[in-house]
Amino acid sequence: MTDLLQMTALEAHEAMVAGDLAASEYTAAWKEAAAGDDLNAYLWRNEDGEDSQAIAVERDCVAPIAVKDIFTTEGVPTTAGSRILEGYRPPYTSTAVRKLLEAGAPILGKTNMDEFAMGSSNENSAYGPALNPWDRGRVPGGSSGGSAAVVAGGLAPWAIGTDTGGSIRQPAAFCGIVGLKPTYGAISRYGMIAFASSLDQCGPLTRTVSDAALLLGILQGKDPCDSTSVGLDGGVSLPDREDLSGLRFGVPAELGGDEYDSGVRAVFEQTLRKIEELGGEIAEVSLPSSEHGISAYYVIAPAEASSNLARYDGVRYGMRAGGDGDLVQMYETTRSEGFGPEVKRRIMLGTYALSSGYYEAYYGQAQKVRTRIAEDFSGAFAGVDFVVTPTAPSVAFKLGEKTDDPLAMYLNDFFTVPMSLAGIPAISIPAGLAAPEGGGPQLPVGFQIAAPAFGEQKLLDAAYALEQGIGFDARPEGL
Amino acid sequence: MIEREQVLHVAKLARLSLSEEEVETMVGELSGILEHVDRIGNLDLESVEPTSHVVALENVLRPDEPRPSLPPEVALSSAPEPQDGAFRVPSPQAE
Repeated sequence: MTDLLQMTALEAHEAMVAGDLAASEYTAAWKEAAAGDDLNAYLWRNEDGEDSQAIAVERDCVAPIAVKDIFTTEGVPTTAGSRILEGYRPPYTSTAVRKLLEAGAPILGKTNMDEFAMGSSNENSAYGPALNPWDRGRVPGGSSGGSAAVVAGGLAPWAIGTDTGGSIRQPAAFCGIVGLKPTYGAISRYGMIAFASSLDQCGPLTRTVSDAALLLGILQGKDPCDSTSVGLDGGVSLPDREDLSGLRFGVPAELGGDEYDSGVRAVFEQTLRKIEELGGEIAEVSLPSSEHGISAYYVIAPAEASSNLARYDGVRYGMRAGGDGDLVQMYETTRSEGFGPEVKRRIMLGTYALSSGYYEAYYGQAQKVRTRIAEDFSGAFAGVDFVVTPTAPSVAFKLGEKTDDPLAMYLNDFFTVPMSLAGIPAISIPAGLAAPEGGGPQLPVGFQIAAPAFGEQKLLDAAYALEQGIGFDARPEGL
Repeated sequence: MIEREQVLHVAKLARLSLSEEEVETMVGELSGILEHVDRIGNLDLESVEPTSHVVALENVLRPDEPRPSLPPEVALSSAPEPQDGAFRVPSPQAE
């Protein structure tokens, strides 16, 4: 049984296709593992009850998967980590999940997340935070914290999440796994509960780069239900590149060193040397507008969120409170009781930024900064194939460490937000371990690689070669 | 940075009724965040075009053909108070 759980999703898929592995036995082993969730990582588990009928697969031949609770699944609870959607069973299934089911991947369960994907620690979930399998006193990152925790914690072979400003890459880094945010438009957003529509993108959280490639191949594609989806031309092939010769990796000149911990810096620099050993070339690039990424992001994302979350009004689905008063009282009571503090904060911030008299100064200006950031990347990619940075400024922090300081929490997205604003693909791979600032056992550090829009294949090929070169094989204790 | 009156006004626009404690916290937290965000206010971006969408797409259209949609009972199945094939809401005016 244990051996089954050690296989990568790709190995299992190949064994199932070859007839060397019984899919039913493999899926049963994972269901049993998922049932032992002691990380608060699942909000709902597929236990073959009545619920499960709606999402049954005809023939399983792809590894079972954990799905962030932001993807609608017909007949199965979908909360987006919010009290306002408690008990909601959507009448339709998201395109991403539909594609998984059609490919033959059973759904293991729905994973915990920051409410409406707003957060970097999972502590904004209305159902309590998922825990980091490396140290249960620490956060798994967010907002796709549950998806990262199940993969790192041996509760699922792989998972999907969503990334708006770093919500796949940062939890992947904190949990020592691979996380890929594809180009905006690569995967349909249909049925993915909206946070910031111009930034939200679905992507894989996996143990290996090859698993991420396999999963991206299943998920990508143009979808008539999402007019902003374009898919990836030619699909995705499994990566097999062995070296990095002929490839240029750009390190932003603006990376001073003040922005991140010394342990993260040591792993980052050691990874740059590894790239050179593998034949890659390190060059300096200039991304002068990236330092304004957080400012622009925390105007644009809340502005879009304030509009998207207007739909939760206690009328068509979800909870209703204050139904004894008049209509406006009902709206206000429902929203005030249904949303948590971070969601209210962002709705307030976004509503303010879009309100009369402030629109140009905030939203208009932020959209122009966005243009500048995208131009910086285009300029950089004229001279290099990839841009590389640490994924997060620190290793996983302690539960409660940043909850009283929203700005400190936001600054966690410093390295991941610029790629989101530019809409380009970026992957985080585990690169080594470092002790937290202030001491403690060693924790995983992520290395981020970004590529030009729709450059996923080249990105996966390079990440694969680097992954093999690094040979990261550390696992949480007991796994 | 942001005054109490502004917080109350924005909360009204956003259909949120905040407790006295929430208003206090919101004044402090939003001010701190806006102070950081205000750094972009001083940048000279006069000639820069705003980006609202990163992928170059224009007028994505599909044929205007009737297609099946959710049956009314399914569309109403998640509603807090469905009635007679509709979504029942409290009266817009206080009684």
